[in-house]
Order: sequence, then structure tokens, then C-alpha cells
Amino acid sequence: MSEALSSFRICDFTGQLAGAGATKWLASFGAEVIRIEDPVREGRWDILRGTPPFIDDRRGIDLGGAFNNHNTDKLGITLNLRDEKAKEILAELVRVSDVVTENFAKGVLEKWGFDYSQLKAIKPDIVYVSNCGFGHVGPYSDFRTWGPIVQAISGLTFSSGLPGLEPAGWGYSFMDHTGAYYMAMAIMLALLHRQKTGEGQWVDLACSESALSLHGPALLDWTINANPMRREGSPHSNRNQWPPMAPHGIYPALGDDEWVAIACRNESDWDSLCSVVQRPWLKNKTFATLKDRLTNQNELDQHLGGWTRNQTKHEVETALQDVRIPVAAVLTPEERIDRDPATGSFGLWPSVHHREMGEVRVDGQPVHFSKTDWEMTHGAPCLSEHTMDVLTRVLGYSEDEVTQLASEGVV
Amino acid sequence: MTALSGLRVVELANERIAFAGKLMADMGADLILVEPPGGDPSRDYPPFLDNKPGPDRSLYWWHYHTSKRAMVLDLEDPDGAKTFRKLIATTDVLIEAEPRDRLANFQLDYANLSEIKPDLIHIAVTTHGRNDPRSDLPATDLTIMATSGPPWSCGYDDHSLPPIRGPLQGYQTASHFAYMSALTALLHRGVSGDGQFIDVSMTAASNVSTEAATYSWLVAQKTVQRQTGRHASVSPSGETQQLCADGRYANTGVPPRFPHEYKALHEWLKSLGLEDRLPEAVFLEMGAEWEGPFDLSLIGQDDAITAIFGAGRAALQLIASSVSAQDFFLGCQGVGLAVGPVNSPEEAFEDEHFKARGFHVQVDHDEIERTITYPGAPYRFEKTPWSIYRRAPTLNEHNDEVLAELDP
Repeated sequence: MSEALSSFRICDFTGQLAGAGATKWLASFGAEVIRIEDPVREGRWDILRGTPPFIDDRRGIDLGGAFNNHNTDKLGITLNLRDEKAKEILAELVRVSDVVTENFAKGVLEKWGFDYSQLKAIKPDIVYVSNCGFGHVGPYSDFRTWGPIVQAISGLTFSSGLPGLEPAGWGYSFMDHTGAYYMAMAIMLALLHRQKTGEGQWVDLACSESALSLHGPALLDWTINANPMRREGSPHSNRNQWPPMAPHGIYPALGDDEWVAIACRNESDWDSLCSVVQRPWLKNKTFATLKDRLTNQNELDQHLGGWTRNQTKHEVETALQDVRIPVAAVLTPEERIDRDPATGSFGLWPSVHHREMGEVRVDGQPVHFSKTDWEMTHGAPCLSEHTMDVLTRVLGYSEDEVTQLASEGVV
Repeated sequence: MTALSGLRVVELANERIAFAGKLMADMGADLILVEPPGGDPSRDYPPFLDNKPGPDRSLYWWHYHTSKRAMVLDLEDPDGAKTFRKLIATTDVLIEAEPRDRLANFQLDYANLSEIKPDLIHIAVTTHGRNDPRSDLPATDLTIMATSGPPWSCGYDDHSLPPIRGPLQGYQTASHFAYMSALTALLHRGVSGDGQFIDVSMTAASNVSTEAATYSWLVAQKTVQRQTGRHASVSPSGETQQLCADGRYANTGVPPRFPHEYKALHEWLKSLGLEDRLPEAVFLEMGAEWEGPFDLSLIGQDDAITAIFGAGRAALQLIASSVSAQDFFLGCQGVGLAVGPVNSPEEAFEDEHFKARGFHVQVDHDEIERTITYPGAPYRFEKTPWSIYRRAPTLNEHNDEVLAELDP
């Protein structure tokens, strides 16, 4: 186990990806993450618990592939917080935890009697990080969101697409991943402050606000120059504005749905491209300078696409790599996971053991630490898998007491 | 007191990691940006102040280098390298995105620097990681993403159109992981006193940030296919992006799945006078009266669950076509459904919610005697707030100041 964060215990109510992804990072670096779920609804608040993908098409509340992916190396307990005894157990757990995390809609913890002021009363230096789409403050704070909604309202969905067509969006919950990253940052920043000063605090994370901060200079172009992204011909997100490059795009290659990305950064890249492609159109006056190529980029893309479409994406990649032009085949999931030597040798897809699913590969972390590197060995907890362990080992209950609590429907 | 106060971070200027540096600087780290003679090329990137190119007018530079100090050091020159070593002796975190062997060529790699500063945290960001020679091939945000998965999942139902990349994501996702790594290593150092070397792969960062595309393959060896405005999926899914009556789109997200949601949706449909136009309305009533768990994994298997789920989706489509995107959003949220308008970035920026949360931040630009509105905090800390401490530095602006600190 990594020792990087092994001195920290997280009382974790997070789920889905936007929350669970944050505590996955902490768990992979050795934090003790204790995930709390509702026994009555069998943890179904986390929709991923029982949804595909499944191994061998085996379905069930412990068999969701995404849930396993996002909850590696966490402990799972159940507490029926409708019951006063369960609330006492939660208070005991908060008392021995460093952080309380959740990504419920606003007000859920408050309803149970565990809002920030109450958490502080239990544990004065507690770090509390809440994460929801609109945050706990502001006119929309009672609204509901999912990753795709956060992406829509924050401008990310709009920013990805081709001119004249509806937004392409991002094709997946980019902001669930990224919201989780911001939540992990928030937890660790607050812990650093506590390490220095002994002081805990609350962080109000709104995924839509984190998302709005990701537009790069586009918002300054708006506040200073009044240049909107919603205008004729915009966005064209396979092109590059900052800095402008041409050609720059994703071009068809030989085969069905095969593509290759090419970026010419400067005159030198353009000259190298000309040396490889060797077609008469390269000499057109309309492509003489970068300014010309930017002005006539649609025509340029047509010509270059005509050249790429008769070769495989890997042939194009090899040919342009040889002259050191930025180029990359658009890889399918199978290609980047099982055939790209870079991801395999990096150890990016570790195998974890899940009690019901067996050995399953999951997303690893894209970093390596020289002294306290991450590890992933256990799959996500089955419902209530660690209730006995946590209540006895961490909170000092006897096995008989836990059995009794289970029979009473408390855990 | 700020979360990162008292920590010195040195960033070797590179557009790939500029965002990681900004994230640390805006949380209070003393971030010193070290540029080569002549400055970093991104000082000349558009867009420009008042749309006019020129020195210190790049809004790209302004955005990515808030709260930093800047100095020029020529690491290839022995004097420059000497000053750099002195600087490192006072540094907690070094972040760089140099070609793999470059720093070793000047005896400025981790092996050397950790002798000067044993508890240094050195973060090296490369395209494919330190051990892959292909990390030294040229790559851009676009090519990094193409090889790492995001564009495969992003685009249109019509697959004769190219896959699409969400802009900036390759660099920014890598920057997020560099930042998370720095914080993790700092927490460990706080307990153990140890520094360490951290290898961040940009392509790996995007590879593990593509949701179902990856785990559908890892778990079930299935391949997702891109779809217009919605998640790439193994099997085609119903549209979620709806054109509203004002010509803007809204995302209808996940359709209702709880009885109270079906009930509220049905009532809203009736109040708009649209019930007669929805033959499936009867299934909304069934959904409203559903007892026990509504198991989404049975869609396509259980007839009632399939019909109810489909009716929820159809009702949302009908309403969207009758009202503006903003009204559709507010109406849906009023009945508890997660729906959002597809805003452009500037529309989002001007939305009352973000304004009320203080997202518009004023930054003093003394050099042009103007105050500029910047995008604000990605998170709200109660006690150690995010802040833009100063505008982006001009070339070599803090050279004398930093040198004086090193030789008091």
C-alpha cells in the first residue's frame, strides 16, 4: 500500500463518478476511505452500482463495472440513517475521520443532522468537502445535475463541435471525471492547510463552476474584446486558435471510421509536410503562407484529407513522425488499451480483485511517484462488505454487537 | 493565510503545464516562472488585448499565468544554471515539461537537484511518460488527445464526419494530474519529510478520463460509438439534446426514474396543455404509481419499465420543442429533473448563478491602467480562498526581486 496518504481517514458519502473518482485517487495513495451506503435502498443512490458494463453479462447490485472502476480499494459499510443508532455510529466515525466527503444534492446531510456546523461540533478540525453541480450557494443551488448537464450549462458542450451543426458535446461525462479531480484537489488543499495550522474548513465545490473555469482565454476574449464563441463559423474545435495552426485537424484514413490527427505548428512543419505529401496542390498560392492557409483552411483540409484517405492511419502516422510533425492515429478503446505499448508499459490498466466479479482491469493513475507510488489491488466493496471490519476495528464494537445492529436494520 | 502559502513552486515555462502552475499560484503558492531568453512562445498567442497583437497583450498569457512571478534564466549558460540551482535550494515543488534528457544535460535533473534540496518534489510532465522514447516526438493538444481516447467518443451520429476533440483538454487534464500529484506529495512530505520524483504522462491522463469508453472495453470487451451531443455508447441511445423553441439546445440528461418525478412531469405536461399530444402519457401515470425500486438495468427486458422510461423521455422532448431553452431548464428543475441549457461560454459566464457566487473577479492591470474582469475560482474555500494575487508577469518582471531574495 502507498504511504503517501496513509495517515488520513475519509468518511465518504460520495458516489457516481464526480464524487467517487475523487476518493479513488486518495485510496490509491493509501488513504483509508470508508464509503457509507444506505442498506434500505441497497446503495442504489449510486446509479452505477447495478448498471453495465457487466462481466459475462452477470447483473446485480454488486456487479456494475463502472462502480467497480471508480471505487477501488475503498471500504464499504451500510448505515440506515433513518435510525438514531445509525446516526450515533456515524458521529463516532466522524470523530475519528479527517475528512467528510459527499456529492449529494444540497441539504441531504443537513436532513440527517450532519451539516457542516454539526460535523464541526463532533470533530472541530474536520475537513468537509461538498460537491454538487451548482454548489450549496447561489440561485440554482437547489437544482439537480449530472455530468452532461454540468457540461451543457457551463459552456463546455457548446465549445465542442463543427460549424453549422448542433453541439457535439464531449461524448462522455468529462466533468464527472474533472469534477472528481477538483474535489480531490479541494480535499488535499484543505488537508495541507490543516497540516500547517490545525484548522479544518468547508469547501463548497460546484462542478459547473469548475467547468466554467476551463475555457482558457475564451472568457477574457469575451470580457475584454466582447468576442463571443457563439458566432458564425464557431466553434470549430478540431482547429487551433491559440496559437492558430493550419493544417490542423482530424482527417479520414483508409478503412471504416478510421482517422488521423495532424497539426502543423509552423513553417518548418509545413515544409516537412510538403516533403512527404508531394502533391501539386501544396504549391497553390492559396497555401503559400500561414495566413493563406488559415484563410483557405477548408480547401486545405479537403486536399489533405484526399491524401490521408488512401492510407491507413498508422501509415500516415509513421510517415509524418519520420519528419517530426505532430501526428497521431485516432485510437479505438481496444487499440489504446490493448495494443498501445505506451499505456501497457506505464501500468495504466491494473487488475484488481473484486469479491463477486473476480479479477477485473480498471483505470489506473497516469502518474508514478518514485517513493510512494499508487497501488490498486481491491475492487469496489460489495454492499456492506466491510461493515463488520470497520465497526469492530475502527469503532471498537464487538462482533455480537454488530450482528445485533444488523438484525435491527441499523447497519 | 492561504492553502499553499509559504510554498515555493518553480515552473519551467511550457504551455503544457501553465495551467497546473496557475492552479497552484491562485491558491497562494509563491510561483516563479522561469523562462528562456526571449520569453516563452505563448507570450505571443492570441487572443489579444483589444484585438491588437503586441508585447504583453496576449490574453492567453494573461489567463494562464495569473498570480505568478517571472524571471529569465538561460539554463544552457553556466551562470544561468548556477542561479537555477540557488533557486532550487529554496524550492518545494519543481514542475517542468522538458524533453526527457534536457535537464540531465545541464546536471539539473532530479539526481542533481535533490542533492541541493533533498526534500524537493520534482514533477516531470511528458507526452507518454519518462520511459517512453516517443515522449520526445512533437505532439500538440490535438494529437495527444487523438491517441488517448477522447475524440473516439466525441462527435456526431454521422460517422462520415470526423471525431471531435473538446478543446484544451489534453493539456488541462495533464495539468490537473500534475497538480493533484504535487498536493499528494506535499501531504506526504508534511508527515515524512521526504521529497520525490513524479512522472506524469499526458496521454495516460486523458486515457483514464474517458469514462465508459475505457471500462466498457476493460470489463466487457465492447466498443462505444460516438453519438451527437450525448455519451458514446455500445448500443445506440435516445437523443438527449433537444432543440428548443428559441433555436438553442438543452440537454435532457437522464430521464425520470422516480415516481415523484413522473408525477411532476405529468402535471407540468398537463399545465402546458400538451398532454393530448403525447400518446405515451398513460405510462407517466404508471411511473408515478410505481412501487419498489425502478431497476434501470431491466430497460429492454421488462416491458413496463421500458415503456415508462421511454414515456419520460418523450414527454421531455415534447415540452422542449414548445418553450425556450432557459424556460425548459427552469421548468424541468422545478419538477426536480436534471436538465441544462447548452450555453456558450460567454452565456454561462453571464448567468446569474455564477455571478452570485462571485465568479466575476476584478484584476488590476497597472501597466495599462485598467481593471479587467477575469473568470474566478473553481472551488470555494471557507478559510483559504482562491484568489488572483497579481496579473500575469511581463517578461523578466521579477528578475531583480527574486535574485535579491536569493542573495539577501
